[in-house]
Amino acid sequence: MKAVSLLWLIPVLPALGALVNGCFGAIWEKKDLKKIVTAVALISTGVSLFIGLWNILYLSGIDWQNPAGLPANVTADPDHHALSLHFAEWLPVGDFTTAMGADGHFDVEWLFVLDPLSAVMLFVVGFVGFLIHIYSVGYMAHEEGYARYFSYLNLFMAMMLTLVLGGNYLVMFIGWEGVGLCSYLLIGFFYRKDWCADAGKKAFITNRIGDMGFAAGLMLVLWWFGTLDIAAVNAAAVTGQFPGWVLTAIGILLFAGATGKSAQIPLYVWLPDAMAGPTPVSALIHAATMVTSGVYLVARSNGIYSMSPTALMVVAGVGCLTALFAASIGLVQNDIKKVLAYSTVSQLGYMFLGVGVGAYAAGIFHLYTHAFFKGLLFLGSGSVIHAMSGEQDIRKMGRLWKKLPHTAKTFLVGCIAIAGVPLFSGFFSKDEILWKAFGSADGVGAFPPVYAKILWIVGVTAALMTAFYMFRLFYLTFLGSDRVSEEAKHHLHESPKSMTGVLWVLAVGAAVGGYVGLPHCVTQWKIFSFGKMWEGWLDSILYHPMVHDAAHHAAEHAGHHAEHDYSTEWWAMGVSVLAAAIGIIVASRWYVKERDIPSKTAARTPGLYRTMVNKYYVDELYGSIFIRPFVQMSRIASEIDKWIVDGTVNVVAYSNELFGMLLRFFQTGYIRNYGLFFLLGVLVLLFFFL
Amino acid sequence: MSMPLLILLGFTLFCLGLFGVMARRNFIVVLLSVELIFAAAGVNFIAFSELTGNLTGQVFTIFLIAVAAGEAAIGLGLLIAMVRLKNTANVDDIRELKG
Repeated sequence: MKAVSLLWLIPVLPALGALVNGCFGAIWEKKDLKKIVTAVALISTGVSLFIGLWNILYLSGIDWQNPAGLPANVTADPDHHALSLHFAEWLPVGDFTTAMGADGHFDVEWLFVLDPLSAVMLFVVGFVGFLIHIYSVGYMAHEEGYARYFSYLNLFMAMMLTLVLGGNYLVMFIGWEGVGLCSYLLIGFFYRKDWCADAGKKAFITNRIGDMGFAAGLMLVLWWFGTLDIAAVNAAAVTGQFPGWVLTAIGILLFAGATGKSAQIPLYVWLPDAMAGPTPVSALIHAATMVTSGVYLVARSNGIYSMSPTALMVVAGVGCLTALFAASIGLVQNDIKKVLAYSTVSQLGYMFLGVGVGAYAAGIFHLYTHAFFKGLLFLGSGSVIHAMSGEQDIRKMGRLWKKLPHTAKTFLVGCIAIAGVPLFSGFFSKDEILWKAFGSADGVGAFPPVYAKILWIVGVTAALMTAFYMFRLFYLTFLGSDRVSEEAKHHLHESPKSMTGVLWVLAVGAAVGGYVGLPHCVTQWKIFSFGKMWEGWLDSILYHPMVHDAAHHAAEHAGHHAEHDYSTEWWAMGVSVLAAAIGIIVASRWYVKERDIPSKTAARTPGLYRTMVNKYYVDELYGSIFIRPFVQMSRIASEIDKWIVDGTVNVVAYSNELFGMLLRFFQTGYIRNYGLFFLLGVLVLLFFFL
Repeated sequence: MSMPLLILLGFTLFCLGLFGVMARRNFIVVLLSVELIFAAAGVNFIAFSELTGNLTGQVFTIFLIAVAAGEAAIGLGLLIAMVRLKNTANVDDIRELKG
């Protein structure tokens, strides 16, 4: 039994778990049999994870020169280390002629692809997802709707796994839409509260706006490439036969979809509101997995993007801007989850910066480390909120270090990782992205040197802000003065082992997970050659442009030469470490001991402070530009519906009534009248027959 | 008797009967008129039997008399029911089917 033939079970098992819990979970919950619900949820996710890990091992062990013993419905692509499982036929629509005059086949099948990139995602999604399922058992133990929660969570896992395993854009789109749906269901989990339901709606609708872009991109892909198979599209794109504007348009449209799903400017507004959902949901969906789908999409489509420097510039620019913008908002937020939410938006910006400069492996590396440390931070915050009986305002916390030892220590690990302190995972991934941004003038996109340097400077600034606001969060929550309210103090207790255990596992990951991707200036020395593991593993998913531009070649060579001189890289690394250090030191000075520095600084620039606290009034801006006209149009539409559509139906009804009233004249009840009508009828008949 | 006159007789009897059915208010008179219509039909049959020399017409007339008798029975039954329920023989008083 080859592992790859079970590939399809990876998304299907959690889906089955969702179905079972959805149908019977409520009954079990009512009968006090929550254990069965938990078992179904954990077993389906756990077995799925096991099969995923088995597949990853199998993939790593394949001899690509000579792949043998594959099942019948699996095809291998040795150049890109990919195994495709052709599970079933789905939409054999037909043949058509593409815009290039070639033969196109709209012939979609359930295609699952196992290659190094999807292996990474399988690991991240499966492992972190499973850990969060375990955490949720403790967190949601006393909540109403336990079974519904796990049903939705399992469904989310199924959809996300479909997304990452999808071999063609349509299967990926199913997963894409599915995770959006589950995001809506889970954000609005506490549906009885209006603001939670509203947050769910906001998330879904904003996602859908992005999805319009995605769908438009897919249509362009189908129209020009004639197929939706990702590998085929990538391979065709790099041959250089397509006009530049096509690839740029596809790249930008797909990225528009990513903006919605991965919360970049302009469609990030749903993510902070999404904190209305239960905290494990925030950890899983809005930190580790769903929001990373956009990054995954760009990395998967690297053939298209590598051929379109414009699209790459857009991706990198938007990502970089978002990183800075969201970090600035996170500086002044007072809700523990909101800080983490804006931090997520900012870190996603980093990931897009990474893939935008053509460093797809670096962007995915940050995705992987981020899943660990951001998941850890969110779960840690959940632990804090749980202990504080629901309080989320950090101004009402403080001095929790002694009371919540496990939570505090793991949270500190997370903060160190995200701030980019050397030797922890976040440092390696963030630094790799910043270095690649610095050198993006010589990279795949061949950015203008000024643009490259700007990207780098903005990235470093955002890193400084990240270090600052994360340690601000840490100090205000766990150290400093005790501002906890009396009633919250009574229930203050560390979380159960099911929750703290997960926190420690994630903390280990956040601490040491980065060693698989060490920077080149370190891996030059043989003993650190294990640090080349990450880039080597993901090297095969790249489709290299076959465009032989002499200047481009020269630039690449120059870049390679520059790399052998590692001093620039060390220097750049030093700058980012310095930025992190400055951020941490300033935060320590401002928040460890109670002083007035923060409030005085805010008072000096009240306008700017107020703007940042109010998230730059973006929501209000969208409200007036888009939402209010839309609501007006809906009102008009509603009136049209009431008067015209309903009116038409009513007219039909009234006319029937009128007709009936007319006929009533003939029903006199007089027998002689009826006799007369008989006679008239007979006469008419006679008339017609004679 | 000559053909046209016989048929004319039949037609006259039919019209008189029809008038009676339509225009009279007393149910007994209506029944009488119905009998007249039967008679008219019978005369018609005889006339055509005379014309074609086929005896079928006359045989049918005898059947017709029997049918008329049966129908008269039913009609009288209706009359009795009517008188019992409404205590009237006026057809205009039965307006149950109005509406």
